[in-house]
Amino acid sequence: MERRAVDLWVGLFVVAGFIALMMLALKVGNFGAYSPKDVYVVKAHFDNIGGLKEQAPVRSSGVVVGRVTGVRFDSKKFDAEVTLSMDSKFKFPTDTTASVLTSGILGENYVGLEAGGADDNLKQGDVVKLTQSAIVLEKLISQFLFSKAQETPTKPKEE
Amino acid sequence: MVDGLLDWFRLIGAKTINAVWRIGSGTRFLFLILFHSGLSFRRFGLTIRKIFFSGVLSTIIIVVSGLFVGMVLALQGYETLQVYGSEEKLGVLVALSLLRELGPVVSGLLFASRAGSAITAEIGLMKATEQLSAMDIMAVNPIGRVVAPHFWGGVISMPILATIFSAMGIFGAYLIGVVLIGVDVGAFWSQMQAAVDFRYDIVNSLIKSFVFGVAVTAIATYEGFDAAPTAEGVSGATARTVVTSSLVILALDLMLTAFMMRGWN
Amino acid sequence: MSEDNLVEIAELHFAYGARPILKGINLRIPRGKVVAIMGGSGSGKTTLLKLIAGQLKPLRGGVKVDGEIVHELDHNGLYRVRRKMGMLFQFGALFTDISVFDNVAFPLREQTDLPESIIRDLVLMKLHAVGLRGAHELMPNELSGGMARRVALARAIALDPSLIMYDEPFTGLDPISLGVIGNLIRRLNDALGATSVVVTHDIQESVKIIDYIYLTAKGQIVAQGSPQELLDSSDPLVHQFFHGEPDGPSPFHYPGKNYADDLGLKAAHG
Repeated sequence: MERRAVDLWVGLFVVAGFIALMMLALKVGNFGAYSPKDVYVVKAHFDNIGGLKEQAPVRSSGVVVGRVTGVRFDSKKFDAEVTLSMDSKFKFPTDTTASVLTSGILGENYVGLEAGGADDNLKQGDVVKLTQSAIVLEKLISQFLFSKAQETPTKPKEE
Repeated sequence: MVDGLLDWFRLIGAKTINAVWRIGSGTRFLFLILFHSGLSFRRFGLTIRKIFFSGVLSTIIIVVSGLFVGMVLALQGYETLQVYGSEEKLGVLVALSLLRELGPVVSGLLFASRAGSAITAEIGLMKATEQLSAMDIMAVNPIGRVVAPHFWGGVISMPILATIFSAMGIFGAYLIGVVLIGVDVGAFWSQMQAAVDFRYDIVNSLIKSFVFGVAVTAIATYEGFDAAPTAEGVSGATARTVVTSSLVILALDLMLTAFMMRGWN
Repeated sequence: MSEDNLVEIAELHFAYGARPILKGINLRIPRGKVVAIMGGSGSGKTTLLKLIAGQLKPLRGGVKVDGEIVHELDHNGLYRVRRKMGMLFQFGALFTDISVFDNVAFPLREQTDLPESIIRDLVLMKLHAVGLRGAHELMPNELSGGMARRVALARAIALDPSLIMYDEPFTGLDPISLGVIGNLIRRLNDALGATSVVVTHDIQESVKIIDYIYLTAKGQIVAQGSPQELLDSSDPLVHQFFHGEPDGPSPFHYPGKNYADDLGLKAAHG
């Protein structure tokens, strides 16, 4: 084949590959995803984080406002210390509640923030005081069974 | 009877030693290729011809296979996901399967069969018809002039082909899942985007396909260069290229996947 | 005297693994001459050419080309010596993926920095010398055997080498092509002022053009001389070779068991 024709096809080939890569990167992956430039880092302690992993989103009212950048066991308090990178655009009051929630039924865990009403806002290095741990399924079931068991003794009394 | 058993053991021993020797010889050949690679980049035109030979000419089979694999994934995936009411995860299923495994591995296997065997045959025949010897006598190093450009042509082509494969697969899944079956188009893409991580999935896919490209092309060029200069020699070498490359791809895939798995969380 | 000899081979021994091929070869190729190395099939003639070109290393003994010991040269030195050589392989060994023109241009493009316009002229001149200038746009698979060999010859002389080697140039050619090739070997040698070594076992064509012949058998030189001397020789081996006798010092029968034994006849007769 003519040299020019070969060059043309190879060029098209490489461009096709590049387009495929771009398509994968932008449409398929979350390359343009959330990585804010200005962040402030806060910490939160949970009794149980369930399946929360690093890179999990931090949402408030369902909108992503930050990322989980660290998960660590605190051997002094015997609980989990989670590091949150918050987008500087969004400020939260110091009495904000952080909960470990699940997206959907089979979904991944994320940190949900519910703003409080305090005047001061969280800043770099602060600790979120109000936290709610992940719901552990076994505990939920045993709670349910326990409350069911509590109900039944009252019935015979009424008769 | 014992004699027969001993002979059998001797055969296994001999084959193992031969295999190990070939691995050593092949690795040494790879270093020779790298050592003589200067020409492949100084006269990039040589390499471009070989990219055409390995990459462009393999594109059709890659595109069609990618499309079909994606479509089948979508069909099979939908079957199972709808039992749990999770049809919207179809995009996630297809994208992750393709990017993490099927893309690099299947396109690697196809590349080994189509381009790898062609490389082995071409180099083997050049050897059999004394073209490499003639080049050597004309004071042109055949490894630098013929083998190395083939090597780099294959190494450059492989990641491109794997990416095209994955992209076509996802497109095929879109055609079946959204257009044909009726999965929600928004959910299809948004769930996928949420689950696919650029660094982890896409970049790893490129790394895998690059490694496979190196392995396949190294094996293909070695077998071709080492082939006996007869019809049986070249045909045997071509067959060995496809078989050895396929097994090596699968073995490397296992190693790379284990290496890349994150989350000992 | 050594300045008169382009190639000097002394006490050369060579073996493929455990199989000895050459057992003490001594020969000299004087400058400007066309010398033939003849012998039966498998007598190591092609191996000799490869040893001269440095593609093989001898077990013992020395090969000198233009005063340099070929097998002791490093990679650069070897390639430097090879630029003075041209070799015509048995079936041409043309590069099948490029045209006749590009084949002949190959050594020029690889070894020199000449501009394309000059290369074009040189290529056409070389092709003209072998009578194939009009075929320069053809591809090797469009050529006949004889034509392919002539193109390969043009390629071998592209850099005006001082030593041209021919590996069985007459094999498998029709009578006209035989005459053409033989003619070319002689004329090119004289025109370029080169030295030629022809490995062949073709008597008819070679005696017309050769200056000196070395006859090999069983890894050694068994006879040498001018073509006329050897044709007139009464040595049984030489006579058998040069007159094409089916049986003689080189036996017709491959060594094996006694014929009667093989057929079991002796047993029948007790």
